[in-house]
Parts: sequence; structure tokens; C-alpha cells
Amino acid sequence: MSTSTTTVRQQVLVLYLDTSALDSRVVGWARYDGTGTTRPTTGDSDEPPYGTGVAALEDGWRLFQAAQLVPPYPGTEHETSFLKHEFFFEKLVSGG
Amino acid sequence: MSTTRQLLNSVEVARFVAHGFLRLDGIVPREMNEEAFGVFAAGLPSVPYGTPVPKAFPEGSFARRLVELPAVAGALESLVGPDPTVDHHFVHTREPREGSAQPLHADAVIDLRTDAFDVQLMYYPQEVTAEMGGTLIVPGSHLRRTNESDTGRYQNLRGQTRLTCPAGTVVLLHHGIWHGGRRNDSDTVRHMYKIRFNPTVPQVRLWDTADLDAPAVRKELERGFPWYEQATGRLEILNRIRLWRALSGDPAFDIEYWATRIANRPAAPRSQA
Repeated sequence: MSTSTTTVRQQVLVLYLDTSALDSRVVGWARYDGTGTTRPTTGDSDEPPYGTGVAALEDGWRLFQAAQLVPPYPGTEHETSFLKHEFFFEKLVSGG
Repeated sequence: MSTTRQLLNSVEVARFVAHGFLRLDGIVPREMNEEAFGVFAAGLPSVPYGTPVPKAFPEGSFARRLVELPAVAGALESLVGPDPTVDHHFVHTREPREGSAQPLHADAVIDLRTDAFDVQLMYYPQEVTAEMGGTLIVPGSHLRRTNESDTGRYQNLRGQTRLTCPAGTVVLLHHGIWHGGRRNDSDTVRHMYKIRFNPTVPQVRLWDTADLDAPAVRKELERGFPWYEQATGRLEILNRIRLWRALSGDPAFDIEYWATRIANRPAAPRSQA
């Protein structure tokens, strides 16, 4: 099977924001690299790659998923759990 | 064995309630740190779930001497009370040049208790440098209801602490804290010995409460952390108010009137006295 030299691979950036607004402050982040050239992992940096979600757009990342606003189940309004404002970005990179 | 009791004060316990952990840097004597490697290499005897400390760790054993160090014993008594039981202990080893880190997680199954908590002791017998990885801890994450490694997607959070410490450091953690063993990029094997303690008494005013009404207590409890979302951060403080009410035995304790205000139900029927 031949492999196209124009194969495109996905780099994924996940940003967790202060509010549900894309221009709010980054509070958490994760990266996954479909090119296999880097292996980001837990606890490997103290400073986020961007200050806001919009700053990632300005740098060429494409937003492909945002967390929905889901009201709490009745009776659980005061409980805290996962981070709520999760935004997935991608960059498509040419690879071999 | 020292008979000096080194109980925590209210400000320190409030800091634990806010952060979810307490660091005791370099408090284990050098001779014990050196001894630890042989103890770990020989293997630790298993301890059945729910074993009282004196039975789990016989007099003179390494673990018994560790938990009876005055600073450790005093902090444990302040948090879980006298005579806790042990349900788990284990030596975690991270080999040199390990390729990946543990996912961010809380230990055990999701724990719904609001008026009790277990404390986990982590002991580091050697200096931990940044290159060696150390333990990642997310301050203020312990009251979130998440199950084990479901938080693994979060690689980094603002304000996370990437533990580097001198030899002989002990960290005491609330059972719910988000943490993980970081990747070891050094040539040195890294050891961490963990013991989990369960309280056997109500965790109410177990510490030195002379400063219970000090303004610094409230300051600790209203602390925010850089990774908190704006709205959820307020809920974190509300949940701390509830925990502090349980620990202090003061059902009226509040911060910014938040808990009192939302409990105000003037239309609710009054009980007939």
C-alpha cells in the first residue's frame, strides 16, 4: 500500500478557560501530537502556551469543539467536579 | 520516642482545608533516610485493611518510627485524631528516564464523605530535583467529586505544584487531592512511601484550637487558586465553609455570608417548639 506524501496529521491543544467565553483566561491546558515528534505529558509545564482561547486562534489553531453549557442536576448545584469550560483546537501538519 | 506533642494550630488546619495538603520539609533525620532504602529493598509486610497503627507497624519498625516523629505524629493527630487505622501502604518507585507521567488522579474510588476524610502520608527519603520529577499536586482540588483517573485529560493546571524537596520530606494529603507521579527524566531511581490513615474518632477540634478565632483562619479558608474557574471557585469556598463547620463544630461559621444567605428561608414553616 502506498502512502501519500501529503498525509496530514493532527496536533491537538486543549484549553480550559476561566468562563465559558473563548476570550477568557486559560486555567489549564493539554497537548497531544499526532506527528509523534513530541510527547507532552502530565505536569510538564507551569505556564500555559496561550493566555486566552482567542490567543490560540490568533496563532493559527482551529477550534473544533467547545464544552456545552449544561445546568447542574437538581441537588448538585454546589458540588464541584471536572473543569467546565473545555475547548479543543487543532493544527493540521503535513507529515510523511 | 519523644513525648512532645506538636499539634497543628487552627491556621495550619485551615490551610490544609484550603490546599488539601501540608508539607513538612526535611523533617525526617538523615539516618532514617539512609536506612529507608534498605527497608524498601527488603520489602514491606502487607497490612490488612483497617489495622490500628501499633499493630500495622510494630514497635521499632521503620514505619512506626516514621509516624512517631513528633512533627508527623502531631500533624496526623490534628487531622485524623488519635488511634487511626491504616488501610494501605506502598513504596512507589519511578525508574530513571521513564517516558511518561502518571495521569492526574485521586486515589481510591470516589469518596462522598463531607464530614470525614482520610489522610495520605507521602515520604521522600532522598532529595527530589526537578529533573527527577517528583509528585504533581493540584492545590485545592480535594473537594471536587471526580473518580480516580477520570481527570487524566488535564496535563497542566495553573498553580499546580511540581514537588521538589530536600531528603526526609513528608507531605500529608486529603484523600481527594488530584496528584500524579511525574516523569523521571534523571538517571536516579526515585522512591516515595505512601501510607493511608483512616480516622476512628470524629474529626472535630483535634488540633490546638487556641487560635480558632484568629482572622488568619478565615484568610486561609477564602484563598483562591489560579486554576479555579471564576464561578466554580466560589463553590469551592462554599464547600470549605461546610467542611470547616464540621471540623470546628461551629455550625454558624461563614465567609462573606454566603452559606448563611442561601440557607435563609423565612417562608419555611417554623418547627413547633
